[in-house]
Amino acid sequence: MADLNVGKEDDVLITSGLGSCVGVTLYDSRTKIGGMAHVMLPEFPPNRDTGNPAKYADTALDMLIDKLKQAGANQRRFEAKMAGGAQMFKFSNSNDKMRIGARNIKAVKTYLREHKIPVKGSEVGKDYGRTMEFNVATGEAIIKTVKKEDIIL
Amino acid sequence: MSLDYKLSELGPLQLDALKEVASIGAGNAATSLSNMLSGKIEMTVPEVNIMPVDQIPDIMGGAENLIVAMLVEIEGDIEGGVLFALDTNGANRLVELLTAQEVDIEENLGELEESALKEIANILTGSNLNAFSKMLDMTIKPDVPSLAYDMAGAILEVCFIELGQVGDYGLVIETEFNSDVAQGINGNFFLIPDPDSLDIMLEKLGVLNG
Repeated sequence: MADLNVGKEDDVLITSGLGSCVGVTLYDSRTKIGGMAHVMLPEFPPNRDTGNPAKYADTALDMLIDKLKQAGANQRRFEAKMAGGAQMFKFSNSNDKMRIGARNIKAVKTYLREHKIPVKGSEVGKDYGRTMEFNVATGEAIIKTVKKEDIIL
Repeated sequence: MSLDYKLSELGPLQLDALKEVASIGAGNAATSLSNMLSGKIEMTVPEVNIMPVDQIPDIMGGAENLIVAMLVEIEGDIEGGVLFALDTNGANRLVELLTAQEVDIEENLGELEESALKEIANILTGSNLNAFSKMLDMTIKPDVPSLAYDMAGAILEVCFIELGQVGDYGLVIETEFNSDVAQGINGNFFLIPDPDSLDIMLEKLGVLNG
């Protein structure tokens, strides 16, 4: 959880048991370099100077882009795929604020749009957990769930 | 103040105080469940731990392990939630004991199975929270349970992030129960207070900053 990895060639990057968290992959298909972030919360809290930046959508994706560039990928070719952001329970408290899953999805989409990175595949929302396996050689992301067939993005 | 900081400040004294209350709560819950199922159910002495959030699913067999979990949100003087989790087999056994029908939730988790599991969660968390509210002299109002049957990682992650607003660590109060009426029913309780409620509990226990 809240980790961040970059791979190339035959590497497979996996994040297991995504609930409200969102797994995001960025991929440069020419150099076949890709990476994955596991976003737990929408944004880095402005009033806090401590905290793990790999947890928040904005700071995690900044870090991921830097790491990919260092590995030799070209940001202009980046394509994104995303999975997760589910609402596992029907929270019943009379609390109108949007749930974390939906906010994570929105934060990731906003970030990608602002950085002009197209979203090539997405399996988000709803009410079930997901495992995301990103095959760096092909750029394919396999989404595994308990109740459904695997989905390939 | 961040929850990570608060948790890192908890010493053996605070953890013991929480464990004491959790033990009484677990005893209460065991008695209620025994009455409900007319058989003896025992709860283990709770473990109180501060764990990295990504390791919490390991308690339930790993992030991808299939579990059924009933979440009861709590309001009042303390807020947060109580999660009661079972593996598939344990859930089947409990519902069978309650309904006297053969049950396989992996095949069919219908209205009957869901409401039986929620009822069990109601009774267990209700009696558990009673102990907390008596010992701490606080009002704790449990909400109606909601249920999820899915990967342990996904379920626990949502609860700890959504209710505990965790940083990198979570406070885990974990109780297992065992039964002689049906072997192999293992359940776990997780008490997930929000960061402010943790302070309030420790203050009531007289061990804040102690």
